[in-house]
Amino acid sequence: MTRLNSIKDLEIIRTACVLEQKRKPITVTVCAGTGCATCGSTKLADTFLKEIQRKGLHERVALRRSGCHGFCERGPVTTIMPNKICYLQAKPEDVPEILEKTIVEEGVVDRLLYVDPQTGGRISNIDDIPFYKYQRRELLEKISAIDPTAIRTYFAVGGYSALSSVLTKMKPGEVIQEIKDAQLRGRGGGGFPAGIKWETTANAPGETKYVIVNGDEGDPGAYMDRSILEGNPHGILEGLIIGAYAIGASKGYFYVRQEYPMALDNVKLAIEEATEHGLLGKNILGTGFDFSVSIHRGAGAFVSGESSALMNAIEGHVGEPRPKYIHTSVQGLWEKPTCLNNVETWANVPLIINKGADWFNSMGTEGSRGTKVFSLVGKVNNTGLVEVPMGITLREIIFKIGGGIPKGRKFKAVQTGGPSGGVLPESMLDLPVDFDELNRAGSMMGSGGLIVMDEDTCMVDTARYYTDFLAHESCGKCVPCREGLRRMLDILTDISNGNGREGDIELLEDLAEVLQQASLCALGKSAANPVMSTIRYFREEYEAHIRGKCCPARMCKELVRYRIDEEKCEGCGLCEKGCPNGAVSKIGDKMYAIDESKCIKCDACFAACPDKFKAVQKINTNGIAAEMAA
Amino acid sequence: MTTVRLEIDEKTVHAQEGTTIFEAAESAGIKIPHMCHEKHLKPYGACRLCMVELVNGAKKKLVASCVYPVEEGLVVQTRSDKLTKMRRMIIELTWPVSQDLAKEFGVIRSRFRTETSDCHLCGICVRHCSEVKKLNTVYFKGRGIDREIAIVPGLGNECNYCQECFGFCRGGKIIQEFLYE
Ligand SMILES: Cc1cc2nc3c(=O)[nH]c(=O)nc-3n(C[C@H](O)[C@H](O)[C@H](O)COP(=O)(O)O)c2cc1C
Repeated sequence: MTRLNSIKDLEIIRTACVLEQKRKPITVTVCAGTGCATCGSTKLADTFLKEIQRKGLHERVALRRSGCHGFCERGPVTTIMPNKICYLQAKPEDVPEILEKTIVEEGVVDRLLYVDPQTGGRISNIDDIPFYKYQRRELLEKISAIDPTAIRTYFAVGGYSALSSVLTKMKPGEVIQEIKDAQLRGRGGGGFPAGIKWETTANAPGETKYVIVNGDEGDPGAYMDRSILEGNPHGILEGLIIGAYAIGASKGYFYVRQEYPMALDNVKLAIEEATEHGLLGKNILGTGFDFSVSIHRGAGAFVSGESSALMNAIEGHVGEPRPKYIHTSVQGLWEKPTCLNNVETWANVPLIINKGADWFNSMGTEGSRGTKVFSLVGKVNNTGLVEVPMGITLREIIFKIGGGIPKGRKFKAVQTGGPSGGVLPESMLDLPVDFDELNRAGSMMGSGGLIVMDEDTCMVDTARYYTDFLAHESCGKCVPCREGLRRMLDILTDISNGNGREGDIELLEDLAEVLQQASLCALGKSAANPVMSTIRYFREEYEAHIRGKCCPARMCKELVRYRIDEEKCEGCGLCEKGCPNGAVSKIGDKMYAIDESKCIKCDACFAACPDKFKAVQKINTNGIAAEMAA
Repeated sequence: MTTVRLEIDEKTVHAQEGTTIFEAAESAGIKIPHMCHEKHLKPYGACRLCMVELVNGAKKKLVASCVYPVEEGLVVQTRSDKLTKMRRMIIELTWPVSQDLAKEFGVIRSRFRTETSDCHLCGICVRHCSEVKKLNTVYFKGRGIDREIAIVPGLGNECNYCQECFGFCRGGKIIQEFLYE
């Protein structure tokens, strides 16, 4: 009954869905993404639903549970349309007041609005909040406007109209040409031109071809793909069906990691709803095109996101990269031509078809067009998911959208590109977001992680952290990657423990060269980036650790001591209470002291000492070296 | 079968399409250093010692010869300063398993702590067990730096009467693993 047998059927159902939404002029949208759900958005939405009913507002007010709004720092995020009012961190007990003031009285609840940290003024319109104002939300906009579990809300915002134009007005070659003209580059890390990959797969010999969505997203701190999978699965699916038509594939896969239960649920539901509506399966929209999709649950290794490893995993083998020199676009899944693209790459496709390659080209730089979604995390005021036009500078993202560094600390570095990306210093902040510029600077775009670090972050420790991650997440098959990372980790651990030796930096550089040149897959080839970029921009910090046995950021445990300044201590005793090891004791009326033989350097006393005293001090082992290195 | 012509170390070599650079070199009497390659098993591409340089005008590219298929007109160098530097590092990283190669490349010690290296995970035991014996008794356990070879618990009996892989093992790790089982 719901099956759409023609393009006309699709337009009829769309009109019905639009009318259905217009019947209720006001929509309360509560973010139901994983981030806001952990802040209690489910209960909040339930309360809204109850209260709307109780107040008899249900005739004109609709409630929608949407995907991620991005401003996860202040979740749960609630918006009220059409007036674009945005409430942050609302609780179920605020709901009656919100409905009364906003809908019945047409005012706002002041205390739940965003407060501008500079002026102290309150902002009610979501578009005026700096976090949103400087973004360009082309892909993410739809996430706020639909309920990912209801295909009808996707129809209402024009969903599957790109597919219908493609199937009725374009030949496969024309679709490929449009993607090539748009100069869309892969969003999963490598930045390979998507149109060229599609063309290679389309032209590769063989009847059977596959298309795959890469939703493995194993980078720590990154959740761009998760949010799109959860919030707009139909957008990805529509892109995938268009790609399958262009390439000549009749079977596709969603590879989604097991750790993303909501993404898996929503994708599964989207596939079911699309199938019921005749948008998947045989004779799609009555055009004679057949295409079906399955989900593969990824079992959690970072390396399984690599293209050939991912295909091995779908085939039921161990998710290890293949040592082959033939591209997967020619010989991929079950040796058949296979086009693998990232979640965000596929999600861009319907937009390009609907708005045109010229529109896409109007955003960005010469070599990088369109927008890019980043997860902005770390030492930055507004953490969250942001979408920006390519070409925007890192400074604008961190300071305008991200609102700068918390607690008045100084910016030190930003890590881009995930674990195998690089760390860029203050002097590189005016770098535009662009695949090639970031590569030249020794980092990379990667899939879009941005981790901001302040002056209290040690760069040797940062390199050690990523190297440790990669050493454990590598598949361990080839010698340069496994043994190279093992030895890099040894050296970095030594340096941060104060056991670094002259020549260690050079040895790290030699190891990096072998990793880059000789590793079997891109994990190993890029695994030296964290080490190389920190050496390139923060060499003096390595030298301070090695020569001065000093950690300038006072982060490496073995190289710091804690003491209590007698002049400043007021004897409040919080440090003693905080210490888990009995190392702090009272030595006078208004005075405490630390027994260094018992101190385990856990930082608890330092954190416990009230800001107004700042009596507990963390100092480098060698104060002079600290000054030298600073 | 089509034959292709390529150049390896300035020598013209003919090879069957579908074979690898490593095989072509071997047939022409050119030896390429290697650890994980074993004639009777499928190419594996893990030790990276057999990497060679492909020359294309001024551009050079490193590829693993054991898995790279021959192509008409390829220009291959199996020895160069760059390759020597890389191979020496790999020998240091797998120290002390390959003493014969260490001698050839003049490596007298490793700059790394090498307490655990009686196995460099060439996987010959694993692959022989799976490809030839179809038993899958020996396998890789763990990933990354935790990867090691192991015998599937309870299947050690199979090894009692087979033991074929013992002969291939350079470091003797598989034998220890068996005795421990
Ligand atoms: C170690 C490793 C992990 C990767 N993980 C992912 C991932 O989680 N998601 C992804 O889309 N691409 C990942 N990639 C990149 C893929 O290999 C591939 O290039 C990409 O999915 C292609 O899609 P795109 O061209 O649309 O970016 C990874 C690559 C490597 C080497």
